[in-house]
Amino acid sequence: MDITFDHVSYTYQPNSPFEHHALKDLSFQFSSGSFVAVIGHTGSGKSTLIQHLNGLVQPTEGAVSIGSYHLQAGKKNKKLRELREKVGVVFQYPEHQLFEETVEKDIAFGPSNFGVGEEDIKQRTKEAISAVHLSEDMLQRSPFDLSGGQMRRVAIAGVLAMDPDVLVLDEPTAGLDPRGQKEIMDMFARLHKQKQLTTVLVTHSMEDALKYADHVIILKDGEVYKEGAPLEIFKEKEALQSVQLDVPEVIEFLGEVERTLDEKISYQGQSIAELAKELAQVVKGGRDHE
Amino acid sequence: MSSSMMIGQYIPAGSFIHKLDPRTKIAIIFFFVVIVFFANSVMSYGLLTLFAVGSAFATKIRVRYILKGLKPVWFLIAFTFLLHLFVTREGEVIATVFGWELYREALIQGATISLRFFLLIMVTSLLTLTTTPIEITDAIEQLLGPFKRFRFPAHELALMMSISLRFIPTLMQETEKISKAQASRGVDFRTGSFKDRIKAVIPLLVPLFVSAFKRAEELAMAMEARGYKGGEGRTKLRELHIGWKDYVVYGLFILLMAGLFLTRN
Repeated sequence: MDITFDHVSYTYQPNSPFEHHALKDLSFQFSSGSFVAVIGHTGSGKSTLIQHLNGLVQPTEGAVSIGSYHLQAGKKNKKLRELREKVGVVFQYPEHQLFEETVEKDIAFGPSNFGVGEEDIKQRTKEAISAVHLSEDMLQRSPFDLSGGQMRRVAIAGVLAMDPDVLVLDEPTAGLDPRGQKEIMDMFARLHKQKQLTTVLVTHSMEDALKYADHVIILKDGEVYKEGAPLEIFKEKEALQSVQLDVPEVIEFLGEVERTLDEKISYQGQSIAELAKELAQVVKGGRDHE
Repeated sequence: MSSSMMIGQYIPAGSFIHKLDPRTKIAIIFFFVVIVFFANSVMSYGLLTLFAVGSAFATKIRVRYILKGLKPVWFLIAFTFLLHLFVTREGEVIATVFGWELYREALIQGATISLRFFLLIMVTSLLTLTTTPIEITDAIEQLLGPFKRFRFPAHELALMMSISLRFIPTLMQETEKISKAQASRGVDFRTGSFKDRIKAVIPLLVPLFVSAFKRAEELAMAMEARGYKGGEGRTKLRELHIGWKDYVVYGLFILLMAGLFLTRN
C-alpha cells in the first residue's frame, strides 16, 4: 500500500504547560512494496510517526494516507479496525504484549480479533511459527516459559499471523544477541520479498538501514532532515554526524581506502568477500603499474 | 483530565507552609480533624473556617486551583446537605414547598455537617498540596518510630509507600504502551458490549502484572546489590528539623484550640 504523509504535525497535550510538538509539518511518500528505514536520534519523533501508520494517533494537522485509508486531522476514521488488520506493528520489546496460556493462542489472538475463520487461523499460526524459525512443538507451551529471544519471536509471529500488507517494525532487534539480530532481520527481509510487503523499519543501526532498506528517512526534532536512497544518504558523513548519527562501517572503511590508497571503490551492496576481492585487485593492479 | 482527578497533587510554591516540617503538618492536621467535631457554635465554626482559609492563603497556591482540586468532593458535600434537608425532622417548620416541609434543624444540621466535611477535606488536601510524597513518607516513618519497640515495621511501611508512589507513573506508561500494542492486534477498548469490554481488559492486565512482578524482582535485586538490609542502623539523607516556624505554628494552633473552647456553647 502506498503511504503518504501530507504536512502532518502532531502535538502531545496541546494547550497545556506540557505541550510538546513531536512532529512538525512532515511530508513524504513511499510506494507500495518499498522497504523504508526511519532513522533518528532519541526523541526525534520516530515512534510518534509509526503510530500514525495504523491510526493509534491522529495527526493534529495534515493528513496521512495508507492505501485507501485516510487519517485526517479532526476527522474520525470509521475503518480503523480494517486499517489495523492491514498494518501490522511490531513494537519495541514486543514480548511484553504476550498474555495467553499457550503460544498458539497468543499467535491466534490478532487474527481472531479480526474475525478470521478457525481453520484459517490454524494454518496461519503454523506458517507464522515456522516463519520465525520456531518448531511447532512450541505451540502448546506457555509463552512465559520461553527465553527472551524466543518470546520475541512468538510476539513477532503474532503480528505476522494477521497477514498484514504493511509491516511496521520499531527496533525489532533491540536487546537481542548479534546472531539473533541477524536472523530476525534476514527473516523480515525474506518476508518483505516473499509477500511483497511494504516495510517500515525504525532502527538505530545504520548497518541495517544500508543493508535492507531501499529508502531512508532521517528525522530530526520531528522534521525530515534527509531523505533518499541509502547509498546517497550515507555518503554525507558530516550531515549525519551533525545529528549524532554514524556512517555505516563499510562506507567508513571504503572512505578510508580512498583516502589512503587514492583508489575509489564504490559500494553497491557487495559482501565482505566481494569487497576483499575488489580491494585485492586494486592493490595488485597498483603493484603491476610499478 | 488527570490533573483534575488528583486531589491535592503536590505544587511547589515555596511558601511558609511548604517549608514547615512535614511532621508538624501531619500533627496539626490530625488535631484539627479532632477539634472540628468539638465546634458547636457559630463563633467556633467561624474560628475553624478562618484557620482553614488562612492556611490555604498562606500556601501561595491559587485558591482557584485548590478549589478545583476539590471538585470530586463537591458532589459529596452537596449530597450530604440535601440528605439532611430531607431526612432531619426536628425543630419548627420554616417553609413549605409543594407540600414538603423544611425544618429549621434540617437546615442547621445540613449546613454544619457540610461545613465540617468541607473543612476536613480542604485542610487534608493542603497537606498533599504543599508536601512532596517523599517528605510525607519520611514524616510517617518518624512519627511511627516509637512503635518500633512493639515490633511495628515503621521503616518498611514507609519504604513500601515511597516505592509504590515512585512506580505509579511507570505503570501508567506501561499501561499505555501495552494497550497500544494490543489495539494494534485488533483489541477494541472503547466500543462493544460490557462483556466484550471486560474481556478486552485481560490482554492488558496480564502483561501489566507480569511486568510489575518482574520489576519488583529486579528492584529487590538492585537494592540488595547496593547493600540494603532494612532500617536497622540506616542513616538519613534528608533529616527532618523542627525549627522556629514550626513552633510558631504550634503556638497558633494552641491559640485556636483555646479560642474554640471559649466560644463553644
